[in-house]
Amino acid sequence: MHVPATTPAAPASSIRVTARLFAQYAELAGVESVSIALAPGAVVADLVAALRRTVPNGELLPERPLVAVNLSHARADQPLSDGDEIALLPPLAGG
Amino acid sequence: MTRQPIEPLGLLRRVGGPGLGAVTLFVGLVRRSAEDGPVAAIEYTAYEAMLAAEWERIFAEAEQRWPELRVAACHRLGVVPVGEASIAVAAAAPHRAEAFAACRYVIEEAKRRLPVWKQEIFDDGTRRWRANQAAGPEAVPPQGGEGWGSPSF
Repeated sequence: MHVPATTPAAPASSIRVTARLFAQYAELAGVESVSIALAPGAVVADLVAALRRTVPNGELLPERPLVAVNLSHARADQPLSDGDEIALLPPLAGG
Repeated sequence: MTRQPIEPLGLLRRVGGPGLGAVTLFVGLVRRSAEDGPVAAIEYTAYEAMLAAEWERIFAEAEQRWPELRVAACHRLGVVPVGEASIAVAAAAPHRAEAFAACRYVIEEAKRRLPVWKQEIFDDGTRRWRANQAAGPEAVPPQGGEGWGSPSF
């Protein structure tokens, strides 16, 4: 399910990214994809903080989850750009 | 990735070559054990676009480390009953040492990095999310030769 941005109207200088939630995190929040506006210069950790404030049960998401940006594992301090897709990855369980 | 049963022999056929004298095959099966309880099956889900990209990165790393390597792998998604394969890796190289080492590298990196999640489904139909031990990359995959590629046999 995709829900519209839950952040307030953002200034023109903001960037907009898509956050995706999977498995336990999607179950927890009841959403799989959220569009979020962030200040220019925002990093992964800012996006995680915004999600924890805005999605249902967001406070139950970890403060430092595994994260991917545009299909690659990423660090908390990675800068974000307009149009990025950021995924919060629950503990991995492949194999 | 596939939602159908994995066919290991198909993977083996994909990695053959005239100069490749050794092929190793790893097949991971869904199992049931006393400590996990009465698991009937596991349902696997994935971030599928990233799963494909991460496999490609792991293959590229392995092929950089063992230049003559040919590798193929598959992760099954959906409900996989106990006893069926959830993942398979085939690695072909000129000699067995590289084939074993490369196969081990690919399966260990896959378990650590693939964006896949599993829910155990018990005999009574209840479910439980389950994570791998010590899974999770430190954001940047390891590069270079630490710990891999120098088998002692």
